[in-house]
Amino acid sequence: MRRNDTAKRRAYRESAMRLVFLLSALAAILAVGLICVFLFAGGIPAIGKIGVFQFLLGQEWSPSDIPPAFGIFPMIIGSLYVTTGAILFGVPIGIFTAVFLAKVCPKPLYKAIKPAIDLLAGIPSVVYGFFGIVVLVPLVRNTFGGNGSSILTASILLGIMILPTIINVTESAIRAVPDELYEGAVALGASHERAVFGVMLPAAKSGVMAAVVLGVGRAIGETMAVKMVAGNQALLRMPNEFLKGVRTLTANVVIEMGYAEGLHREALIATGVVLFVFILLINLLFSALKREGK
Amino acid sequence: MKTKPLDMLLRALTWCCAAITCAVLLYLVGYILVQGIPFIKPSLFALAYNSENVSLLPALVTTVLTVAASLLVAVPFGVFAAIYLVEYARRGNRLVRLVRVTTEALAGIPSIVYGLFGWLFFVVWLGWGLSLLAGSFTLAIMILPLIMRTTEESLKAVPDSYREGAFGLGAGRLRTVFRIVLPAASPGILAGVVLAIGRIVGETAALIYTAGTVAQIPASPLASGRTLAIHMYALSSEGLHTGQSYATAVILLAVVIGINALAASAAKRIATR
Repeated sequence: MRRNDTAKRRAYRESAMRLVFLLSALAAILAVGLICVFLFAGGIPAIGKIGVFQFLLGQEWSPSDIPPAFGIFPMIIGSLYVTTGAILFGVPIGIFTAVFLAKVCPKPLYKAIKPAIDLLAGIPSVVYGFFGIVVLVPLVRNTFGGNGSSILTASILLGIMILPTIINVTESAIRAVPDELYEGAVALGASHERAVFGVMLPAAKSGVMAAVVLGVGRAIGETMAVKMVAGNQALLRMPNEFLKGVRTLTANVVIEMGYAEGLHREALIATGVVLFVFILLINLLFSALKREGK
Repeated sequence: MKTKPLDMLLRALTWCCAAITCAVLLYLVGYILVQGIPFIKPSLFALAYNSENVSLLPALVTTVLTVAASLLVAVPFGVFAAIYLVEYARRGNRLVRLVRVTTEALAGIPSIVYGLFGWLFFVVWLGWGLSLLAGSFTLAIMILPLIMRTTEESLKAVPDSYREGAFGLGAGRLRTVFRIVLPAASPGILAGVVLAIGRIVGETAALIYTAGTVAQIPASPLASGRTLAIHMYALSSEGLHTGQSYATAVILLAVVIGINALAASAAKRIATR
């Protein structure tokens, strides 16, 4: 009788905990659901009130004018500029460094460089931003003129910040390429460099693309560091104005959220929605590339 | 055999780029240490913040509180969710796939979007105001995917023979998980937790509109407080206390370096086992 009782209690405990585990697994789904519901509910009405085209393609952002204008096109282009700049700086250096780590680097050196790259990934974005203010802004000002807080400065800083992402993802993509390919190329008379750049790197193509896409995601989403060095003028810039300041989508939210009221506040949440949609698209692209790599 | 010019060029580029990467890191860390260490004075660690001492101690305490509260929420959920995915769910289950997709989506969301969500949901909708609690819950959601993924990987690395042995001796599934599998997976889980601490310590964008920027130790969970990273952001945007900004950067860097070393040693313990 007693034994039966413990067995029952045990079965009860097993199924209760199973339920707890299941509910915890559902927490992630709940979180994504809540984020979508609250962001869209907070932002979509504003887009409706302002008008989709006025909001997305409007070139003027002047929330305190009468009547106010809420066009985020300059910020969309601003995010595009600094992200492109970051890719131009970060991707070539990142890929070559990844090749170095995977195929060239002697082992003792590897043990020193790998933790350094992990550290680069761990440095908080405010510290990067501060470094940007005290080192990069004066550097750009003294070398190229302008006041230093510019598209160029933000691009360099973001290029540094996405380096660890690019390096780590590219390195593991190169390492996943079977050694036979390298050996085959060398046996056919290719030099070490020819084998690495002509055979290994093309074979790791989808992994390298995934690294770039992930870097784009990081760069678009970065807020504090960019805000600290980009100048933040909500003006539409031409590509040749890279020494002038620009405001990104992320900076727009973080600068004005503190004091915004009413429709202005909703327009900022809607800016967040646009950013969120961009990131979701980039994530989809990333998982598509990852699946292709397998 | 003679080396061709293109090969020479590529070889030089590889070495150069690796050198640039290392030089950037060394310069950044070195510059901040050299400029900042002279500003680390006892007055920086005064009990209360005022505009004269610009003490970072309240921010340090708030950081510790935020880390503790966020982990308290995220670790049980993350670990339990991973246990369900690895130990209970059938392989290729549709729910498992959905959880995986959503976790990946969560991991890619930028921190400012988390900040907006936290403000909309915790601060406004639940009415918690700018508070330690709202900030910690926002961060808990942010680190959840990290904890889930690292726990999942460590659980998968535990050999099936452990589980078979436990079942063979008559242990139930629950007992096997808690007595056999979890202890064996703990270094990996710990490494994940340490990485999560690193993200919390460095976070600003998600906290500024959820936990707020009050420079004192929060008196209750519903009071606002600034973490070290926010403190540093506030100082450097005020532009009045450059020296103290450097010093705060040094403390932040020291914490990050310490955390990286901890995570590496935890990872090494897994590798040597």
